[in-house]
Amino acid sequence: MVELISIIDAIVTLFLALGLFFMFTGAIGLLRFPDFYTRLHATGKCDTLGEVLIIAGLLIYHLFVYSPGAELSVKLVPVKLLFLIAFIFLTNPTGTHALMKAAYTTGVKPWKLGEKRQ
Amino acid sequence: MTNNKGGKGYGILVTFIVMYLFWILLSGIFDALHLGAGLICSAIVALISHDLFVKDGGLPFDKFWRLLVYIPWELWQIVLANLDVAYRVLHPKMPIDPMVIEFETTLRSDFALVTMANSITLTPGTITIIVEPERGKFWVHAVAKAPADALLVDQEMQNRVAEVYNEL
Repeated sequence: MVELISIIDAIVTLFLALGLFFMFTGAIGLLRFPDFYTRLHATGKCDTLGEVLIIAGLLIYHLFVYSPGAELSVKLVPVKLLFLIAFIFLTNPTGTHALMKAAYTTGVKPWKLGEKRQ
Repeated sequence: MTNNKGGKGYGILVTFIVMYLFWILLSGIFDALHLGAGLICSAIVALISHDLFVKDGGLPFDKFWRLLVYIPWELWQIVLANLDVAYRVLHPKMPIDPMVIEFETTLRSDFALVTMANSITLTPGTITIIVEPERGKFWVHAVAKAPADALLVDQEMQNRVAEVYNEL
């Protein structure tokens, strides 16, 4: 039993670390990229996978550590986390697109190669 | 879209059932108070906003299976997209060459257009700027030339989405 828990711990840690890596990359991209649109590329994509990986890690941990022997309302927590993942996949690109559209229609000029960063 | 079975009543019923199942899943408590409160809340939500949930008489369930095939491919694309962005962010020279491209597709229905727009945003190096439903036209911001060519030349994604929704 102790062995199983340590394997679960390792997998969960891997998921959390990967999620953190992508969130961190998104933040670096936000600082490094030259204009509004390219910054959205960095945050819009990395945040989606980063958040989903972190939630997936929590889901696995809950499934193996809290759920066995718990009452039904506790057992349902992984289902809620699954819903969270689904909604992040649906809403994150939509939000990114809404920001893009707002910027484009109000005339924010896209950065071209060789120009000064905005 | 699928055939409209009985119009408004059908929409209210479907919305009510989905809302109530969702309530039970989220609460997980099975006493009279919680089940009753859920019943009342789902009924109110179904009455007020069924037309937002079930448009044109139903979800495209007949396309559901083909959508199930499409989703794993899309998930893989998301992983590739993140590695691609991570590479461009962390590379010392930052290999980006942004451009705005536009192209027309054969897609017309809301579901197909939304799937396509979200897929573009989630796949490597491209984000949807504007969608024009009448001509199925997309304006897309690409971070470099390669991802732009994937949409303009290869057209793998619009073909896959068109196949899922039968709108080739």
